[in-house]
Amino acid sequence: MFLMLQGRGFMSLILLIEQILNGLQFGIMLFLMAAGLTLIFGVMGLINLAHGSLYMIGAFCAAAVAGMTGSFLLGLIAALAGAALAGALVELVVIRRLYRKDHLDQVLATFALILIFSEGTRWIFGSFPLFLDVPDYLSGPITLPGGIQYPLYRLALIVIGLAVGLGLYLLISKTRLGVQIRAGENDREMIAALGIDIAKLYTIVFALGAALAGFAGALVGAIQSVQVGMGEPVLIMAFVVIVIGGIGSIKGALIGALLVGLTDTLGGIFLPEVMKLFFDPSTATSIGSSLASMAIYVLMAAVLVLKPAGLFGARA
Amino acid sequence: MTRETYVNAFTLALFVAIPLWAVVADEPFTITLMTRAAIFAIAAVGLNIALGLGGLVSLGHAVFFGLGGYSMGILAHHAQTYTALAEWPLLIEGTKSMPVIWLTAIVVSSLAALVIGILSLRTAGVYFIMITLAFGQMFFFFAISWSEYGGEDGLSIYVRNGFPGLDTLVPIQFYGLCLGLLCLVLVFAWRLAKSPFGLALNAARQAPLRVETVGLDPARLRLIAFVLSGAIAGLAGALFADLNRFVSPVMFSWQTSGEIMIFVILGGVGRLFGPVVGALVFVALEHWLGGLSEFWHIYLGLLLLLIVLFARGGLIGLVAGREAVHD
Repeated sequence: MFLMLQGRGFMSLILLIEQILNGLQFGIMLFLMAAGLTLIFGVMGLINLAHGSLYMIGAFCAAAVAGMTGSFLLGLIAALAGAALAGALVELVVIRRLYRKDHLDQVLATFALILIFSEGTRWIFGSFPLFLDVPDYLSGPITLPGGIQYPLYRLALIVIGLAVGLGLYLLISKTRLGVQIRAGENDREMIAALGIDIAKLYTIVFALGAALAGFAGALVGAIQSVQVGMGEPVLIMAFVVIVIGGIGSIKGALIGALLVGLTDTLGGIFLPEVMKLFFDPSTATSIGSSLASMAIYVLMAAVLVLKPAGLFGARA
Repeated sequence: MTRETYVNAFTLALFVAIPLWAVVADEPFTITLMTRAAIFAIAAVGLNIALGLGGLVSLGHAVFFGLGGYSMGILAHHAQTYTALAEWPLLIEGTKSMPVIWLTAIVVSSLAALVIGILSLRTAGVYFIMITLAFGQMFFFFAISWSEYGGEDGLSIYVRNGFPGLDTLVPIQFYGLCLGLLCLVLVFAWRLAKSPFGLALNAARQAPLRVETVGLDPARLRLIAFVLSGAIAGLAGALFADLNRFVSPVMFSWQTSGEIMIFVILGGVGRLFGPVVGALVFVALEHWLGGLSEFWHIYLGLLLLLIVLFARGGLIGLVAGREAVHD
């Protein structure tokens, strides 16, 4: 009896660690989305609903190229290039006309872009989901210290995401482009007066955000199916992340993304278990999963009540 | 009379003439389409109170539309299965009576709008847009996981709910009911815009600081507008559910919020008949373009893009000129 209990305790510890890793992995991918969104908002003051479409474009580029060449790496490169190209194109044709317009116009125009991108993708690729396979060298489980088996690919996602985050930090804090981006956030007239081509800077920032979204789409595409409409749920979660972290703050996006990822994943596993203490199993599962689906929004509401500008928000 | 008044009168005439023609020509599907347009118009008139008058860009009005729908779905579901909705602390039974359902829909969606409004109106601008969108998604996922009322599959109601003195199963009678409600809501929105409250709300959108200086509370004005707006969207949701005799989580989806907003923008923001024109044009496009191409959303997207970039006043603005916007 004692041994059994101990055994269960050990099992649930492994489960807990696994779920924490899953939450981290989800959070890191959300961060790639949220970082682009928050950067674009911070520099250009633009709310971009079509960011989810860029995520989808990245996934489709990766699936198409990986399907043709058989190389996952080429697929990832295609995702980065394809999403950045789509981002730059959209910025040049549509988005740059929106910077001076109010938020309502930005919402509508980018909503229109979602319709165009989604239906356009359906037109080209059809309604059936595509599949992007995890490459051999990243598939299968890996044994972590303590004997925990965890999928290698998911672990790789965490590492890649953190590396991209670090790269973004270095880009923004150490390079010339980063200085220009930060200057653009603070005073756009002044940096235009100093002879920096602000229009070009905006295109670059938008393409950078798009590339991050496309990259995330491709990485996640290998563990979920690649289909039209995959971007919008992630986009809305990225909004929740930004509201929690504070608009315009990359650090806020990182912390917010991890909080949201962990809350969503752990809530989905543990809330039904907690409910079993109070209700019979089937009711508990149903109530618990309903509550779990609301957990991140409750978190968002709580942050709003305590800090309306978000945890790291500079401006409300 | 301004040109906008003529446009409004013409729109209303269409809402009367097309269904009458459909009755004579025996085209019940056209009546269904017009009912759809009238119901969408009610929801959009509701959103226009928050958006046009109050300047609140809510991307979460699907919450209220969906709550209205589920009010109808749940009440009618219990009535058709002869089970009680709640037995404790007091016995609540389902109903098939439209007036009761409408009242429930209005009360439930106002309460939700009150809570969401209190939370999200702590912020403004982009935050407000994102938060309303997020709350919409919260209800969407909740409805999906709420298996007691159909979960992802939704709830089917076999017989349309009744209204005293009418046979709601006859398309034109149900349409008449919806058109009557649309007119009521339009009169309400019109009186509201002209009332001291409406004027103050309008002022709070344009110059919140001045409104505050004269002793009014802009936050309170916005909250009331948001609640009224949500209540009307809830009523529309109940009607929409009755039209389809079906509710599903799709009513809560962000696309629904976006579409309600499209109705308003297509017609013209802040104009009394903007949402009505927008809803009518949307349903017409949906029917016509949807028949031409499976991918009609591309054309809808292009049209929307053109309107946002080049025609700020919406379709009414194109026809009647921009001078008539009431601000």
